[in-house]
Amino acid sequence: MLAFIVRRVIAAFGILLAGTFIAYVLVALSGDPLAQLRQSNEPGIEDRIANMTERLDLDTPVPLRYLKWLGGAAQCVVPFVGTCDLGQSVRGQDVSALLADAMVATLQLITVATVTAVIIGVLVGIVTALRQYTRLDYSATFASFVFVSLPIFWFAVLLKQYIAIDLNDWLADPTVSLPAAAIVGVISGLIWGSIVGGDRRRVLTSFAVAFVATGGALLLLSASGWFRSPGLGPVVVGVVGVAAAVGLTAVVAGFRYRNVLYAALATAGAGIVANLAFDPLLTDPTWGTLFLLLLLAVAVAVGIGYAIGGLQRRQAISTSVWVAVIMAFTITADRMLTAWDNYYEFVGGRVVATFGARTPNYDGGTWGNLLDTVTHLALPTLALMLVSLATYSRYTRASMLEVMNQDYVRTARSKGLTDRTVIVRHALRNGLIPVTTLVAFDLAGLIGGAVITETVFGWQGMGFMFVEALRNTDPNPAMAFFLVTGIVAVLFNMLADIAYAYLDPRIRLG
Amino acid sequence: MSTPDQQRPGAGDEDQGIAVVARTQGQLVRRRFFRHRLAMISLVVFVAILVLSFSSTGIGPIPGWWKHDYTTIGTVVDGGRPTLSVVPGFLGGDGIHLGEHPFGQDNKGIDYFALTMRGTQISLMIAFIVGGLGSFIGVLIGAAAGFFRGWTETILMRFTDVIIIMPLLAIVAVIANQAGNAGPFWLAVVIALFTWTGLARIVRGEFLSLREKEFVEAARAAGTPAWRIIRKHILPNTLGVILVSATLSLAGAVILETALSFLGFGVKPPDTSLGRLVSVYQGAFVTRPWLFIWPGVFIVAIALTVNFIGDGLRDAFDPRQNKVRS
Repeated sequence: MLAFIVRRVIAAFGILLAGTFIAYVLVALSGDPLAQLRQSNEPGIEDRIANMTERLDLDTPVPLRYLKWLGGAAQCVVPFVGTCDLGQSVRGQDVSALLADAMVATLQLITVATVTAVIIGVLVGIVTALRQYTRLDYSATFASFVFVSLPIFWFAVLLKQYIAIDLNDWLADPTVSLPAAAIVGVISGLIWGSIVGGDRRRVLTSFAVAFVATGGALLLLSASGWFRSPGLGPVVVGVVGVAAAVGLTAVVAGFRYRNVLYAALATAGAGIVANLAFDPLLTDPTWGTLFLLLLLAVAVAVGIGYAIGGLQRRQAISTSVWVAVIMAFTITADRMLTAWDNYYEFVGGRVVATFGARTPNYDGGTWGNLLDTVTHLALPTLALMLVSLATYSRYTRASMLEVMNQDYVRTARSKGLTDRTVIVRHALRNGLIPVTTLVAFDLAGLIGGAVITETVFGWQGMGFMFVEALRNTDPNPAMAFFLVTGIVAVLFNMLADIAYAYLDPRIRLG
Repeated sequence: MSTPDQQRPGAGDEDQGIAVVARTQGQLVRRRFFRHRLAMISLVVFVAILVLSFSSTGIGPIPGWWKHDYTTIGTVVDGGRPTLSVVPGFLGGDGIHLGEHPFGQDNKGIDYFALTMRGTQISLMIAFIVGGLGSFIGVLIGAAAGFFRGWTETILMRFTDVIIIMPLLAIVAVIANQAGNAGPFWLAVVIALFTWTGLARIVRGEFLSLREKEFVEAARAAGTPAWRIIRKHILPNTLGVILVSATLSLAGAVILETALSFLGFGVKPPDTSLGRLVSVYQGAFVTRPWLFIWPGVFIVAIALTVNFIGDGLRDAFDPRQNKVRS
């Protein structure tokens, strides 16, 4: 294993060198940074040309310039040196400083988009694989084809118009009419009916329940003015916790042995108590506090699972941890929405933002700023994740179907294991191995795809920086982009290989 | 059909239509593809778009049948609103007719149908060149690496790795920024130079397994030269994979080209493409949404139909699919 990793690292290093060299030459040949200055006849223009030539090293031949640039860039990669030199932009800014800001912005976008796309994509993939050749399967397949065929730039502008502006208009006077509630209810009923599946009676029952629940909830929320001033409150947090405990237990372990259920419920209870007990701490915490609280929650969940789990200890621990994480996110959402009224006033009712990463001059404490970030992230994330989501769901579906036809799954079924055990313990674990590697491969591509999304939404990330640099024939920022994407691509390809070998024991590294 | 012969063993199978008829691989694939309903619908729509775009505005010196030119500036009628109507009169619409400007006019009074068709034409042309040339390079490199192995393989595959780590859109944008000025053809060539990597890896994998097969060994024993083994013995066996990948790369090329043109690094004026149209008219979205909607609809239509055709081909070439009987 070690020899394999070492060999892989050396190869990756060589590839990265060659890749950056090609990119450097292409960027250097792509335009003359002095072209604009040369056309001008202002007095003293020679000085400025000479100055810029000096700053950008334009007199040095390209291969030599690359070596010089590489010397500066290598310091960024070597840890603990702290001096990072990626050259200067045409305006004389330090590129490494520009890159640091842009990277944080892009990272935010990519992380949220990837996590949402993986969760939704994998869930859709599993459900469509289990309900193969049903109407749900066909609709999801069709939808994923549409998403793959959508040009992001076109779709993003549509999102801006129809989601952001119309949603904001609606938020000015948020009421749900009876027909609207009925339509949403029917859609929800259709989706749940086909997910639950089974015989006709079961489908109709789940349709009716989902229809009444969704439509009723919408009308109730509308009547009580919830959309004007949304929030969850401790009661909803508690209900979500208990529902998560019961639901996760049903999926992971079933109710045959009660230990897992008790552990999950105990975790939910602990979460409810903690939400009330830490109330003063949660009013305006720092991010560090929140992170510590999350760690504490996970630790408590592990403890509860260990203590109550008994013979089902492993299942109890993992279920409890997931319940704790879900509760932590619900509590976060609950607290975040406390800042809604203040934020709504500040932005004049235009809550869903279409440009940039934050509202200028707004400071609403931790929760207000979080809400601000969320409203700014919503649309770019949606645009960015649709393509990945389609890919992940198709891939998961294919992989799950492949695994479900394997002999060992038939063996598991024939020895009388329940459907849940066969799917969760035997099929899912093996079916998701290829998906993990796909996600790793895809991540580098996602940064490239973010170029368009960032341009449309004015998100000042690396893609934005790259496009600006290319328009101004500004070689160094463009090169910084290739350096980061190259490192990410090489690193994650390597991680994907190693992860695959680690997860799939059939692969032997020699 | 019931005949007295039915009692004879063997004859019954034929009458019930389950007797095995010998078919070539090509016939099987064609049958499976023609029975793939979504793929067939997509093929019809795609060919319709192709014919429409090339015949309406004409190719090069040959004039098209559409009355307006995509460069002629005219007077703006009714704010440039589209005159296309598809709702029949008895349903309360204006009846089915095209009108003078079915897709409307832009702010200079240029007929938008002609402009959209011209853009579709350029985008499709680029897509075909990218699909063809990119696949050709991919097959060439993949075949050489997989067949010859050794240092040839090492060099070619490391080169592929190098190309693959550069984000496609970005690296093409760097070159296309210049190449776009030389016209859409060179833009297409530049895009093709970076889109072959996926196919090269796939073809190499296929070659690695096929070159160890007995029929290749037999050909080698008979003294067949290497290029002939590649061309006559191995390549036909990878045709399905190549065809599917080339089709899907066509859809990818449409999306990539339009994205490049949208960012301003692709097709440059006086030429136009669907991506450039979206980019130019995105500011007019609030006042004249049709200027923005039409090119987008055509991009989605082309990409979607090509993707479905590719999916149909994949199913047709999949040997595990044996649903077609007799």
